[in-house]
Amino acid sequence: MNTRYRILKAEYLNVDTFLLTVQSELISKKARPGQIVTIKCGDEGGVILRRPISICSVDREKGTFDIAIQIRGKGTKILSKFKAGDMIDIMGPLGQGFSLYPKHKKIIAIGGGIGIFPLLQLLKDHPAENKKAILGFRNKSCVILEEEFRQACNELFISTDDGSYGDKGFVTDTLKKVMDKEPADMLFFCGPLPMMKLGVEIAKEYNTPCEVSMEQRMGCGIGACLVCVCKTKKEDDWEYTQVCKMGPVFSGDKIIID
Amino acid sequence: MRENINLKVNIGGLELKNPVIAASGCFGFGREYSRFFDIKRLGGIAVRGLTLQPQKGNPPPRIAETPSGILNSVGLQNPGVHTFIEKEIPFLRKIDTTIIANVSGNTIEEYESMAEILSNADVDAIELNLSCPNVQEGCLRFGSSAQKVESVVSRVKNYAKKPLLVKLTPNVTDITEIAKAAEEAGADSVSLINTILGMAINAKTRRPILGSITGGLSGPAVKPIALRMVYEVSRAVKIPVIGMGGICNATDAIEFLLAGASAVMIGTAGFANPMVWVETIEGIEDYMAENSINSVTELIGGLIV
Repeated sequence: MNTRYRILKAEYLNVDTFLLTVQSELISKKARPGQIVTIKCGDEGGVILRRPISICSVDREKGTFDIAIQIRGKGTKILSKFKAGDMIDIMGPLGQGFSLYPKHKKIIAIGGGIGIFPLLQLLKDHPAENKKAILGFRNKSCVILEEEFRQACNELFISTDDGSYGDKGFVTDTLKKVMDKEPADMLFFCGPLPMMKLGVEIAKEYNTPCEVSMEQRMGCGIGACLVCVCKTKKEDDWEYTQVCKMGPVFSGDKIIID
Repeated sequence: MRENINLKVNIGGLELKNPVIAASGCFGFGREYSRFFDIKRLGGIAVRGLTLQPQKGNPPPRIAETPSGILNSVGLQNPGVHTFIEKEIPFLRKIDTTIIANVSGNTIEEYESMAEILSNADVDAIELNLSCPNVQEGCLRFGSSAQKVESVVSRVKNYAKKPLLVKLTPNVTDITEIAKAAEEAGADSVSLINTILGMAINAKTRRPILGSITGGLSGPAVKPIALRMVYEVSRAVKIPVIGMGGICNATDAIEFLLAGASAVMIGTAGFANPMVWVETIEGIEDYMAENSINSVTELIGGLIV
């Protein structure tokens, strides 16, 4: 099994987030929006676990895909040192992506912070006629991939927590305003847990189906170790389900966000 | 497989085609890794820890990375022994490898009951987990005193009609005393080490990283401790020892064999490298060829001191 691929481009999107373009016929052809890959950090520093990262976008013709990574700890710090031309060990695509149903004509993708990344390919691939994106960031310096998102959708809304760019406030505030004006028939969320929890509630209020992309600390990345679980409904009960294998994307009426 | 190289080992009546086993908890019931490699190449599969009734497991996060290791606190999430027999054995039995059912109980009666149920099921051996650090009751409580180990193992032995492995915890003062108690009570082999109790804290949030506060440490960080314990236990008992703890490659595995293990289990290393089991088997063959060793049993306890 080959998991070693060449990095074609490595560039910073802002001070702590970088984007890698990787050459892989297999991953770019097979990947569906919302799926993840797991990346080996290398042998330095005793970092043994692969890092799960959402696929940000794919170029199926060129056979490449992009992943965007924020430096958060030791592992992502090591990954930030990779340069164009280097080989990198990537397993994927893994997990379940977003649902692309033709019956959904008006969709809204709502993302917060680094949660915006998997939404880019979702917007590119979704067959809906009307595609909107609502992206939230901490402040102006955190705003990234704005142009890429603008091109992938019909209408883009940006908000920042401090109002230094776009609207001041949270994406969920913008979502309500947008839904009041022109309701969508499907919502997609990816971002911090409180944002997704509120998002699922708003979707319910508007009687609109939704999907959320969950994040959890992972072990094997393929569903064997039962480490990266989240709560999901099971008949009248609930169970812990693997985020890596059964997710990271879950239906809003299946997921339980405590 | 190379000619003239014999990888077969016998672990207290359990024949393995090679000494490399997938460790319980890290390999599920084999389905996931079967997408990555031909799992019939394994000497055996120790399946995810089973309990009599289904278990939901512990709240997440269930994993924390520590230097050269991981802490986990899965808490024995599993579908229960009956669902295992009904849904998983038919899949596993299509694969030509040895199936080891790993079991945990809250009471001695539960251990007895599972031993009886599994003795009538199509598995090759039973591994008694007396050492899970991640459940409130049972398990570690049984595994941490020689007297309790003796009583659980001797009672389970009445029901276990298949080779009985006893998995030992390192979270004890003297693991050789526990191993001897297991042997006297009728264990056919002992497997060690289970994970070492540990903890990780996020200073920024002032909270534990794991949902259940403490967890079990595995990975290369524990290898020296595991090697020492395998060395000590293999000198203290006559039954075979299965060694595990931080094995990442053939060299690590060979070190365990030299220390006295008759077979090895690999778990955590598979998270980073799903090919680790196959690479380890091939690496042991290479080592044997280079050193003109015909049978892998020649390596067992071959440490020069």
